[in-house]
Amino acid sequence: MKILVTSKRVTDPDMKIKVKADGTGIVTDGMNYKVNPFDEIAIEEALRIKEKGGGAEVVVVGIGGKDAALEIRSGLAMGADRGIHVLCEQAVDSSVVAQILAKVYETEKPDFVIMGKQAVDDDSNQAAQMLAGALGVPQACFASKVELAGDAKSARVTREVDGGLETIEVTFPAVLTADLRLNEPRYASLPGIMKAKKKKIDEIPVASLGVDTNPRVKFVKMTEPPTRKAGVKVADVPTLVQKLKEEAKVI
Amino acid sequence: MGNVLIIAEQFKGKLKKATLSAITLGKMVAEKSGGAVDALVMGGGVAAAADEIKVYGVKKAFLADSPALENYVAEPYAQTVAEVMKSGGHEFAFAAATAFAKDLMPRLASKFTAGMASEICGVSFDGAKPVFARPVWAGNAIAHVTIESAQKFGTVRATEFEHAKPGEAGVVTPVTVTADPAKCGVKYVGFAETKSERPELTEARVVISGGRGCKGPEGFKILEELADTLTAAIGASRAAVDSGWVPNDLQVGQTGKIVAPDLYIAAGLSGAIQHLAGMKGSKVIVAINKDSEAPIFSVADYGLVADLFKAVPELTAALKAAKA
Ligand SMILES: Cc1cc2nc3c(=O)[nH]c(=O)nc-3n(C[C@H](O)[C@H](O)[C@H](O)COP(=O)(O)OP(=O)(O)OC[C@H]3O[C@@H](n4cnc5c(N)ncnc54)[C@H](O)[C@@H]3O)c2cc1C
Ligand SMILES: Nc1ncnc2c1ncn2[C@@H]1O[C@H](COP(=O)(O)O)[C@@H](O)[C@H]1O
Repeated sequence: MKILVTSKRVTDPDMKIKVKADGTGIVTDGMNYKVNPFDEIAIEEALRIKEKGGGAEVVVVGIGGKDAALEIRSGLAMGADRGIHVLCEQAVDSSVVAQILAKVYETEKPDFVIMGKQAVDDDSNQAAQMLAGALGVPQACFASKVELAGDAKSARVTREVDGGLETIEVTFPAVLTADLRLNEPRYASLPGIMKAKKKKIDEIPVASLGVDTNPRVKFVKMTEPPTRKAGVKVADVPTLVQKLKEEAKVI
Repeated sequence: MGNVLIIAEQFKGKLKKATLSAITLGKMVAEKSGGAVDALVMGGGVAAAADEIKVYGVKKAFLADSPALENYVAEPYAQTVAEVMKSGGHEFAFAAATAFAKDLMPRLASKFTAGMASEICGVSFDGAKPVFARPVWAGNAIAHVTIESAQKFGTVRATEFEHAKPGEAGVVTPVTVTADPAKCGVKYVGFAETKSERPELTEARVVISGGRGCKGPEGFKILEELADTLTAAIGASRAAVDSGWVPNDLQVGQTGKIVAPDLYIAAGLSGAIQHLAGMKGSKVIVAINKDSEAPIFSVADYGLVADLFKAVPELTAALKAAKA
């Protein structure tokens, strides 16, 4: 069995980001980068499936400039077997990502794909659904539980949706996305990091894939979000009640 | 071209209010493009929802009512929308940014190898061309984007657009459903609904959220008593949801629900970037936290440095007394 997972290099989600004064993007000086947290959950899930037996191979794909290799390597350090780095210096959108992944899928022919539900930089939540659509295969997004069938030809997936939890069964090949509650990703161990140095990462220039890499979503400018000014501290509950009644008039 | 299709969302045949925000954006776009705004209701036995939506100034309320669409599955739904768009000359399709649309809309867009803007929070125009504003990096920046493909897709933040007002009534137009869920490789197994007597989190006038500081389901009981007196919805931080104290769909934040009630009371949650992303738009924010340095205080209109186990019951009692 082969499982394809994705790893996107994103800014550290716990760092405060700032918009550049000229509106061309965000300030990247001094930023730390890491694997998109949802992708870590996806990789973890693939590893757990592999560890349950069945001899799965876990292949990590990343799309991006030279540096994107670091986050592919992080996936290998967690325990994935092999990496694919689609070398692409220009900015892409989820539609282009999906088309690139479709090409990788065609050569790799995995049993299924697990991705993160969203990248925490662009917050699009699109690439996996678009990939599934492009391939014409089932999708099971926002998974909080994945159970493979005995024959490993389908999976029962519990999905986090509005108003509750939905369960569906998808026949492979399929594209799954990980939500927060699917698992708690492991930290790479020191031996894991050492081993990862020897694992293979194939580099594929994006131009060789024959995908139209022009983003369908064109970036125009970046602006600051509306800011909220901090209000006041109140001394006690009676003061709070009075303020809510007389000043804010919300109760 | 230039026509706009609104993908309606219904639950058990009742229209979801968030759809009305998508209509508002649709109308703004159509006014510039010179097209019509239509809506599409999909499901099994959902004719009532088409009657509900037709009064909001849509030209046609397409109704794809079929046992084949009884349970939502991405592919048959996407196929149905794509067919309506092709025959109706729709350039744009919008839906409210709910779990349903987040699953469906990108798959639909991929049928046209088209671009999509997620969680649209504003729109401006470059001539007739819409420039969509959307939050990125957990709402710490706003990206302004155009969509360059022939068809254009988007999900709409319901908190950022008013509900559409009733207008001239449209015509309910049945569509033939050709999609066959049996061929999609997906078997719908079931839905475990979170039953609640409370108002819906995304629609409530008052939301009371708890975090790790609640220390367990008992802590949330205290919040519920407060919620009862204010007819409020309950929300939570990721930490509280991960701990299993409250259902998953109560998570407020970047990757959970986006809420903007008149009053948001945060108790025992620190106010991480990812949480703020989901509630910063609230009109009035109250924070109750025993750590005076907690980041939640930086967005709170009224901050109370206190132990929630003392302060919240006191607040509940005060409000009850005021009512009586
Ligand atoms: C990819 C990703 C996505 C995420 N998405 C979300 C999201 O959508 N929503 C979200 O909320 N988080 C999200 N998070 C998690 C987020 O980063 C924080 O970890 C989380 O919000 C913390 O929850 P908390 O504030 O309840 O817990 P903590 O940060 O532990 O805060 C607990 C607070 O309770 C206070 N407290 C303790 N006891 C008391 C008491 N007795 N009385 C009063 N106050 C008390 C403490 O002073 C503290 O400030 C995400 C994280 C990642 C990486
Ligand atoms: N450049 C990339 N490289 C690898 N995976 C990506 C890339 N961009 C997006 N993805 C995957 O697609 C998911 C959804 O991304 P998005 O649609 O951008 O929110 C992410 O969680 C990743 O798994």
